[in-house]
Amino acid sequence: MAFKIKEVSAFYGGKQAVKNVSLAIQARSVTAIIGPSGCGKSTFIRCLNRMNDLVPQFRLEGEILYNGTNIYSRDLDITEVRRRIGMVFQKPNPFPKSIYENAAYGLRIQGISKKGTLDKVVEESLKKAALWEEVRDRLHASALALSGGQQQRLCIARAIATQPEVILFDEPCSALDPIATAKVEDLITALKKEYTVIIVTHNMQQAARVSDVTGFFMMGELIEFDITQKIFTAPSNKLTEDYITGRFG
Amino acid sequence: MDRKVFNKWSNRIFYILGLLATLIGLAVLVALLLDVLSDGLGRLGWQFLTSYPSRRPQEAGILSAWVGTVWIMLLTGLLALPVGIMAAIHMEEYGKKNWLTNLIEINIANLAGVPSIIYGLLGLGLFVRAMQLDRSIIAGAATLAILVMPIVIMSAREALRAIPSSIREASYALGATKWQTIWHQVIPAAMPGIMTGIILAMSRAVGETAPLITIGALTYVAFLPTSPISSEFPFFSIQGLFDPFTVLPIQIFNWVSRPQKGFFADAAAGIIVLLMITFAMNGLAVWIRHRHQKKIRW
Amino acid sequence: MKERFIEGALFLSALFSIFVTLGIIAVLFFETFGFFKEVSIIDFLTDTQWTPLFAEKHFGILPLFTGTFLTTLIAISVALPVGLISAIYLSEYASERIRTVVKPLLEVLAAVPTVVYGYFALLFVTPLLQKVIPDLAGFNALSPGIVMGVMIIPIVSSLSEDAMHAVPMGLREGAYALGATRLQVATRVVVPAAFSGIAASFILGISRAVGETMILAIAAGQQPRLTLNPLVPLETVTAYIVQVSLGDTPTGTIEYKTIFAVGISLFVVTFVLNMISYWLRQKFREVYE
Repeated sequence: MAFKIKEVSAFYGGKQAVKNVSLAIQARSVTAIIGPSGCGKSTFIRCLNRMNDLVPQFRLEGEILYNGTNIYSRDLDITEVRRRIGMVFQKPNPFPKSIYENAAYGLRIQGISKKGTLDKVVEESLKKAALWEEVRDRLHASALALSGGQQQRLCIARAIATQPEVILFDEPCSALDPIATAKVEDLITALKKEYTVIIVTHNMQQAARVSDVTGFFMMGELIEFDITQKIFTAPSNKLTEDYITGRFG
Repeated sequence: MDRKVFNKWSNRIFYILGLLATLIGLAVLVALLLDVLSDGLGRLGWQFLTSYPSRRPQEAGILSAWVGTVWIMLLTGLLALPVGIMAAIHMEEYGKKNWLTNLIEINIANLAGVPSIIYGLLGLGLFVRAMQLDRSIIAGAATLAILVMPIVIMSAREALRAIPSSIREASYALGATKWQTIWHQVIPAAMPGIMTGIILAMSRAVGETAPLITIGALTYVAFLPTSPISSEFPFFSIQGLFDPFTVLPIQIFNWVSRPQKGFFADAAAGIIVLLMITFAMNGLAVWIRHRHQKKIRW
Repeated sequence: MKERFIEGALFLSALFSIFVTLGIIAVLFFETFGFFKEVSIIDFLTDTQWTPLFAEKHFGILPLFTGTFLTTLIAISVALPVGLISAIYLSEYASERIRTVVKPLLEVLAAVPTVVYGYFALLFVTPLLQKVIPDLAGFNALSPGIVMGVMIIPIVSSLSEDAMHAVPMGLREGAYALGATRLQVATRVVVPAAFSGIAASFILGISRAVGETMILAIAAGQQPRLTLNPLVPLETVTAYIVQVSLGDTPTGTIEYKTIFAVGISLFVVTFVLNMISYWLRQKFREVYE
């Protein structure tokens, strides 16, 4: 088990966004989180690398164990947590710098500045993100000049470069066209061999295509959590069935 | 008159009135420029730029004045920049909502509105007298740096605020600390906006007269500050910082207040140079902002 | 550890602005205190003559403040109506294209150094006005007052326009739907709705006029005079400070201390104005932002 989540509730001020969620996530698998907008799925995934700590008045109850360690324990270095648990966001958000510097940033902030090491890691991570061939001769061009899909793959490469164990995807394709989406989906499937992947999506077909396990969230609660195939063919909960058959959401 | 007709006509009249009101300012600007150009263009020339002031209007020049202005401008920028940016970073990135932050905020808004001559009195009491810097370039630049600090802080804050949170999140998600995020991502991205603010602040400093008169800047200077580059080891010198100085606006003021008409042409020629510097800096600021807006769309 | 150090430095930089204010107050108070040891505060506030540089000394600040009051009055009677009408035009009538061209041009007016306006007032506007008003003295309150007003127009129009721009479209549409003309919408809906923002810009303009120095030092004269006649020379608070600073007044003399005493009076007046303006802007923001 990579993650063991025990009775987690998340609050923004007085508003409760996640209600008493417990689940376990297998290493080297793809876990999809689906549900209607505002169901708390984004809040949930952002608890896993403590991104919510940036929100003032955020509060978490319960435990999130990663490889047996509570990532919210006081003596844990938050930057270390985020280094090992990478994240790709809804909208591609490359830094307004060169492609190379985007991929190298994670290493640079760890104090690594040897050109040989950086070159190697940048190339490797761009290859893993299936972007290398497209950008190899313009590594020092601005990342903002790339297309949306390329930008998103650069963000994936950037996350890979810090050698994380987990990569969180928060609706990574919501700003992309279908062709770019297909590329990112292929990539996610390929990443599974080395990384634990958790993806939040509002696109049910996407969850069905890429994931091994799926959790269905509604109004902050985890309604159902099971093998993806089972969720989409024989859900045990009526709400899940209504959602995946398109009665609401 | 019919109510409807009245409404229609008053609306039209107001349209013309509004157009006129907006154009008055521009008309004055044009009149001012034409006036200054017609008075001063004849005096402008190489001799004018390379001569010291003189008792004879035809021989007078602005050498010491423009050199002083360049010194003051650069030094003011240099002094105001670090503190201004750091204060802005504190307020935008670290400031929590409490009474102290509020106080700092109100205080800066107030400082922006304090008359410049009051800063002159501060400089006189603090730098010239208490710190015994005398009527030196450094005393003048320090006074102006404090004067333009609110401008630097406010524009830097605006620039920082314009950086989308997605950039910050991306950096945090890679395990960067707060300061790493600010230093490597937020500040570089906000740099064009910050530079625009600094340049505007420097252009303001170039035009200031009253505070420098108050700290006792001289009105007649027939020498240049010690050059910062020296021919002997260690090849630079900070002696110039402690030399007396004058600046263009003070020189202009001096000429305007002379009874002899001949000096008015010198004043006008000096104004042309001063306006060229001011407009060039403002233009540069606008250009940086414009270029940056074109290049980056978040 | 390193981060802590940096955060401390940032915090100190932010605190620096507070030290500046304290420094201003300390310097002004220190010298003013010495001044009031020699001159009674009653005389300072009520004496109608200001002659510290003469043999027979009088220290009544009234003439200086009258000068400041009169020039400010002239300036704002130019800047407020023109600035407001121009703001209404730019916000309610002008097309987006005109606005984007005109606004930066107006801001050029604010970038012109004040010594240049002084030159313009003394050598262009005064002679021009003398053709209409033959009694006008070479130094007077009228000409620098008008020029100062023009200089303040961009402050008033730009800030008022921002305030009107922030008024939600829905309010305007409601009035238009009832058949109101543009002018009616502007004067009965937009201006009242943006009132505190507009008032803030007015007060900022006034504060600017009160503190303006060079235009007046150049074109208004150096004769402290208790008068509201705009045609004769007078002296403002700010111009007096310049006058003393230009001379060789030794430190510690009563003449030297006077500039701090009048300086603190000026500081108090502008401080109050700035605070009112700040408060009005906050009030406006609470409603619309």
